[in-house]
Amino acid sequence: MSNAKSAVKIAPGDNSTLAFDVERVRADFPILRQEIYGHPLVYLDSAASAQKPRQVIDAMSQAYETCYANVNRGVHRMSQLTTDAFEGGRQKVAKFLNAASADEIVFTRNATEAFNLIASSFGRANLGAGDEVIVSHLEHHANIVPWQLVREQLGIVLRVAQIDDAGNFLLEDFEALLSPRTKLVAVTHVSNALGTVVPVKQVIDLAHGRNIPVLLDGCQAAPHLAIDVRALDVDFYIFTGHKVYGPTGIGVLYGKSELLNALPPYQGGGDMISSVSFEKTTFKAAPHRFEAGTPPIVEAIGLGAAIDYITALGQDNIAAHENGLRTYAEERLARVPGVHLVGTAREKASIVSFVMDNAHPHDIGTIVDRAGVAVRTGHHCAQPLMERLNVAATARASFGLYNTRGEVEALATALESVSEIFG
Amino acid sequence: MDDLRELYQEVILEHVKNPRNKRTPEDANRHAHGHNPICGDAVEVHLKVNDQGVIEDVAFDGKGCAISVASASLMTEELMGKTKAQAKALFETFQEMCTKDDAKVSEGVDEDTLDRMRVLAGVREFPMRVKCATLAWHTMTAAMAGKDETTTERDGNGA
Repeated sequence: MSNAKSAVKIAPGDNSTLAFDVERVRADFPILRQEIYGHPLVYLDSAASAQKPRQVIDAMSQAYETCYANVNRGVHRMSQLTTDAFEGGRQKVAKFLNAASADEIVFTRNATEAFNLIASSFGRANLGAGDEVIVSHLEHHANIVPWQLVREQLGIVLRVAQIDDAGNFLLEDFEALLSPRTKLVAVTHVSNALGTVVPVKQVIDLAHGRNIPVLLDGCQAAPHLAIDVRALDVDFYIFTGHKVYGPTGIGVLYGKSELLNALPPYQGGGDMISSVSFEKTTFKAAPHRFEAGTPPIVEAIGLGAAIDYITALGQDNIAAHENGLRTYAEERLARVPGVHLVGTAREKASIVSFVMDNAHPHDIGTIVDRAGVAVRTGHHCAQPLMERLNVAATARASFGLYNTRGEVEALATALESVSEIFG
Repeated sequence: MDDLRELYQEVILEHVKNPRNKRTPEDANRHAHGHNPICGDAVEVHLKVNDQGVIEDVAFDGKGCAISVASASLMTEELMGKTKAQAKALFETFQEMCTKDDAKVSEGVDEDTLDRMRVLAGVREFPMRVKCATLAWHTMTAAMAGKDETTTERDGNGA
């Protein structure tokens, strides 16, 4: 540990506390020892997918080596042990979100599948021609396109809550959109492209004042903020495993019990039925009703380990560390000639989007990559947002719990070389 | 850094600053819109092809990275006055250059043309960027074939 500590310098003014020792954290992530083109990997793309700590990797290998069979099937011992471990993952997710019960946690293939599940099942149960669903201009395509598919099938109307030029969610505008035809509000908690934190509690209160349920996209919130679905009183909450330092192949849909159990199944198959005959099939209660077929077993175990990891570090400590990095990066990048930040909302989490005067984000991405710096470039699966902000694309640095000020400095230096090439 | 210098040569940066034929000719008779759904880059290619199949005018418009703009600009210079068959040979050769070290040169493509197109060949060291370099060329091919739209990915219907 002392070796790792001396190997990486922390810039002066780093607000790492004893409670959060970033060098100790980094030692848990084997991939951070990789080099890219002869430079240490500077991974600033955690918003696309986060790296995995040894604890998650080990939990998953250990499951494959010592505790693996199909779940909810058969009477044999190994199946029972694996079912316990799998359901243990569900319990951890429930606690992570402060859900009332693990039965309110549905595992999906990814967050996108969770959105499609809600769009399909909630749509069939509750939506008809002329009914309205409100999204915002900040949404990821995953919370736009499924609703457009429902629009094609059922003739619903999609309303879009506006943002200002800084990327702030406009509550008044949102409130004005609520109408007797509004059947669901589906907005993001944190913007994946800009980092804007949406005032979701107010959104929920306004919607609930009119008996409208609310779905939140928590993909970018779950890695950075403590989520309390009961304090929020949110009806549905979606996040994905791989962005919270867990594995790919698993997404989470939280839904209030009574709401989930009022929805029809999404996919049909094994595991989700009570009884099947050729005349009539009955379905299990949630969450199993929505988990047709063999679920992501080892992924649930890995996600549980990731949640243990985050919880042990402390979500408040992580948030403080990341906010320190984000504000430092905003100040530092703004001093690089030609750099303009995109998205300067009042409340933000862990994401710094930017453009440069003479260099397209793609060229920025290619050039900084050669210095070992990984950033996302493009439209971030949020084309309507890009259009709203009059940019074709941005470069995006996103910070995870393992990033350092030294890495922000590496990005800034690499951006200075972009300026040199493009003048 | 050497690979970067190879990719972002002076000639490329010059094309980015002063793109050739970046306009919309009124008498063009073939057009296509090309886009790369992965990054959102888009380009319009306009061609005026006469009855003998000769490209009398070629122009482009659009937003994109340095590689895609330089490639579109350079393409318009090379295609001016060429026949359909020559344009096809240039496209095939260019695509080879962008993806292979031992690029096969199509018949009828001369050394001078090769040298000019070669400034973009550095892109083969950057596999993620090859589509940036070939977008305008794909779009030109679509316009020639009478298609209005093309994409670097396989496309279907919208929702």
